[in-house]
Amino acid sequence: MQSDIKRLSLILLFAPFALWLLLLIILPHIGIVALSLREKVAPRVYEFGFGNYIDFIQEPIYWNTLLRTGSMSILVTVLALLIGFPIAYYIAKIAGNRSRGALFLLCLIPLWVSDLIRAFGWILLLRETGVVSTFLQNTGLVSQPIEFLYNDVTVVIGLVYTVILFMIVPLVSTLDGMGDDMIEAGYNLGGSGFTVLRKIIVPYAMPGIVSGCIVVFMLTAGSYLTPILLGGKNSSWFTEQIYDQFITRFNWESGAAFGFLLLAFTSLVVWLGLKLTGQTLANTVAKS
Amino acid sequence: MAVATQNKALLFGYRAYVIAFFIFLAAPLVAAGTFAFNDSLFPALPWQGFTLDWFFNDTDPQLGMFHDRRLLRGLYYSAIIGVLVSSLSVFVGTCNAFLFVRGDFPAKNFFYILMVLPLVIPGVILGISILVMASNIANGLEDNYGIELEFLRPGILLVVLGQFSFVTTITSLVITARLKKFDYTMEEAALNLGASRLQVLRTVTLPFLRPAMIAAGIVAFLVSFENFNTTLFLVGSESPLTITMFDRMAKVGSTPVLNAVSFFLIVGSGLLALISVVIQRDKSGG
Repeated sequence: MQSDIKRLSLILLFAPFALWLLLLIILPHIGIVALSLREKVAPRVYEFGFGNYIDFIQEPIYWNTLLRTGSMSILVTVLALLIGFPIAYYIAKIAGNRSRGALFLLCLIPLWVSDLIRAFGWILLLRETGVVSTFLQNTGLVSQPIEFLYNDVTVVIGLVYTVILFMIVPLVSTLDGMGDDMIEAGYNLGGSGFTVLRKIIVPYAMPGIVSGCIVVFMLTAGSYLTPILLGGKNSSWFTEQIYDQFITRFNWESGAAFGFLLLAFTSLVVWLGLKLTGQTLANTVAKS
Repeated sequence: MAVATQNKALLFGYRAYVIAFFIFLAAPLVAAGTFAFNDSLFPALPWQGFTLDWFFNDTDPQLGMFHDRRLLRGLYYSAIIGVLVSSLSVFVGTCNAFLFVRGDFPAKNFFYILMVLPLVIPGVILGISILVMASNIANGLEDNYGIELEFLRPGILLVVLGQFSFVTTITSLVITARLKKFDYTMEEAALNLGASRLQVLRTVTLPFLRPAMIAAGIVAFLVSFENFNTTLFLVGSESPLTITMFDRMAKVGSTPVLNAVSFFLIVGSGLLALISVVIQRDKSGG
């Protein structure tokens, strides 16, 4: 009797979970794989085949865009880690008790503001008639307006800005758990600042680092707004290609193939990252 | 305090770096918000004087956001979608928390990883996969049975489903973290005092989870409200606010009314984020 109730409640709890994953994650993904393997041979006539993938390989613009998106996303991830780690360390370990909470809150608030508004802010700052250009002219540093938008450096800055808080927040929660005595012990044993960082702090923060890197990489590679708004029409971001295939050309088969390639590519990078650092998805992303 | 920071010059440099970072963090938000108060038709310098017209004025060309029909409609749809997504995802998230903290079933670790997975799928792909599936079902029904199901075409329902698909992971993680801290002896005590299982759930366990559920709901609402990537592919004629704003930015060209909306949203999400943090911190150990 007791075990029957247990089993029933387990089934009742499992049902929403299973429905959610099956109907909204698993089946739709099988769906795009199936769609990507469909070739159009005549109007409303389709055949099974790898044509959409062959098209992708034969058109350098497509795979160049994917490689470009991937390498720029890795660059953004590395920059976000290098810029964000000292900030997270400061918040978790150096700031006084009261300012710690305030600084952490200051980090959380922009996290919840839409990418669109953040990109909009950058546009107002950086465009030819924008704040920075006007300021430089008024101070006499430059004689003509400068256009800072629509180049790769700006796109990278904008992307780092958009994702860096997803790096800092998990890092702060991981570093918070580390006792100061561990660091002091490192110094007492004669370690230099760099040794302590390399041998004690970084290994301890590893789950946070990996978690931050995964989320940041995925968000960057999958972002659409920031590259388009800051990079202009020729930002060549892979999500733009997917949008183009789906909405502009209405070529869903090839769009599905592109989508699957993006998913496969990002999954591969995440898997490699987890393997190289000896972490798992459950003890990194799920903890943050 | 760590020994490394006793070097004064180093600490000073470190502080300067942290300050510079927070300026970098605030600059675009300040820019997006400030121009809402500029009495000019363009969100750009020079400063033409302070005005509240971009919020309250009711005539063109300086039409304020509270009189701009399209923006208000976007806000309305965003709010509806946000409420639906957060209630659905808090419900399923709570079930998931009980399932993974209390339940015992084969391949639990595998299912746990499956639950986390949606967080690492690019939003664009969630969007297209759900679009493809819904269209397949709709087309199949139409071609074979002549049934036209309008709700499976891009529109509010698909947007809600698309956002729900990954927001649920977030709510599940927040609520699971709280449930893990629950002290079982409280439930046992209630059972010993003669309460039924359902009563225990209602009077002991759920009240303990409530802060996490509210915080998760707020986070879900905010994520839904600002989502763009998934929504972009699923949106029908009822555009939520981010899509409406993007269209205007890309096509019509921006006026400070977009800054007014930005200001409104920055303050709104800031307040909501603050509430969610306070609620979770309340009653210890959030």
